[in-house]
Amino acid sequence: MRQSNLYIVLYAAAITIVCGGALAIASQSLKPLQDANIEMERKKNILSTVMKLEEGANIEQLYAARVKERVIDFQGNVKSGMKASSVIIAEQYKLKPEERLLPVYEFRNQADTSKIENAVMPVYGYGLWNNIWGFVALQSDLNTVQGVKFEHAGETPGLGARITSDDIQERYKGKSVFDGDNVLSVVMQKGEGFDYSKDPHKVDGMSGATLTGKGVNNMLKDYFTCYKNYLKKNQKTLSLNL
Amino acid sequence: MSAETAEVEVVEKKSEPLFSKKNKKLLTNPLDIDNPITVQILGVCSALAVTTQMKPAFVMSLGLMIVTASSNVVISFMRNSIPSRIRIIVQLAIVSLWVILVDQILKAYVYDVSKQLSVFVGLIITNCIVMGRLEAFAMGNKPWPSFLDGIGNGLGYGLILMTVAFVRELFGAGSLFGFKVFESMGVRYTGNGLLLLPAGACILVGIVIWIQRTLNGHRESH
Repeated sequence: MRQSNLYIVLYAAAITIVCGGALAIASQSLKPLQDANIEMERKKNILSTVMKLEEGANIEQLYAARVKERVIDFQGNVKSGMKASSVIIAEQYKLKPEERLLPVYEFRNQADTSKIENAVMPVYGYGLWNNIWGFVALQSDLNTVQGVKFEHAGETPGLGARITSDDIQERYKGKSVFDGDNVLSVVMQKGEGFDYSKDPHKVDGMSGATLTGKGVNNMLKDYFTCYKNYLKKNQKTLSLNL
Repeated sequence: MSAETAEVEVVEKKSEPLFSKKNKKLLTNPLDIDNPITVQILGVCSALAVTTQMKPAFVMSLGLMIVTASSNVVISFMRNSIPSRIRIIVQLAIVSLWVILVDQILKAYVYDVSKQLSVFVGLIITNCIVMGRLEAFAMGNKPWPSFLDGIGNGLGYGLILMTVAFVRELFGAGSLFGFKVFESMGVRYTGNGLLLLPAGACILVGIVIWIQRTLNGHRESH
């Protein structure tokens, strides 16, 4: 009986239903916890671009107190009534830059919360093998890079995957995005071990991962262009206030 | 199916105590003379991949132990009902079920560890140890011995993983479980980069296999 075709088909069907059911239940019941983790990770990444996070720091509290989330459009106008967390960067990336909704996370001064200390912008692009994304924080002059945080889905371990290492991300600190009104962006060069400390728009490359570097360059240029109007507007108000 | 399994359990209780000499051997043999990595040479790929630090190695061992033991038990309960023509795919379905469950639980409760392990947890499905134990042991043995066999092989795998990870993290990065050992002793230590690369792990695993086979006198049978 155990070898009959009917038995085998029924057995396979039963296994599928039982396994599928178990997975569906597990996935549904664990989803809230997983989503909370992803949200926490996002906040941690945003904060880590502007400051050094201590082990065990209260991310939730810090984020709520200091970060103001906003959504802007290409013209730099604030889209009121939209939540930054509801904007999915990966989907906006598929649109033309002029049509994208752009979240920006303004890191405010502790004493005077109307002052922007850092503007943190999400970036998204394509590396060598798969998507890359991250956050870039600018200093209060909205030109100098305060810090970056990159993540990747499938870059080569030890080569392109190095974009997630502190070593690479440190290189972006203090670089400039604009030259006057032009978006020069920060461009990773080919080859490694050179000193670009005098050039505000260049960073040392990753040996063996030039193509991932190119992906990062495109991503940064793309998003700096998107945020240009917003950054320029705020630069003007900043200089008026001074 | 339920009638059959009930019968099996009754027989088991009559025949031998839970930790009989034979059952204890199921736990201890995989630690040494029947070690899945060093003797059976299974699961080497993950032994190279997740052993740069002790924490992921530990979680990976735990994950594999849970998956092997629980799949072993489930398959052992089902062994008399599984049609032999589709037994491999049934085993695979059960293994996948447990692996996805473990992955989901890691994502929910230890997110940073799951991010580090990401691919490798999924790869437990293809880890030869799991399928090997199902086919070689659980298909022909009762649930309790199968459970012990799964735990034993998980421990044997974990033992080697932790040994390799210990050397790699200590001499590669100068830390253990992220704790800077040399720094706290006031010694300046520059990590040995080779140990952090897969090549370093390969050499280390080779040395471990060599040492163990010398100690227990294992010879490949031809």
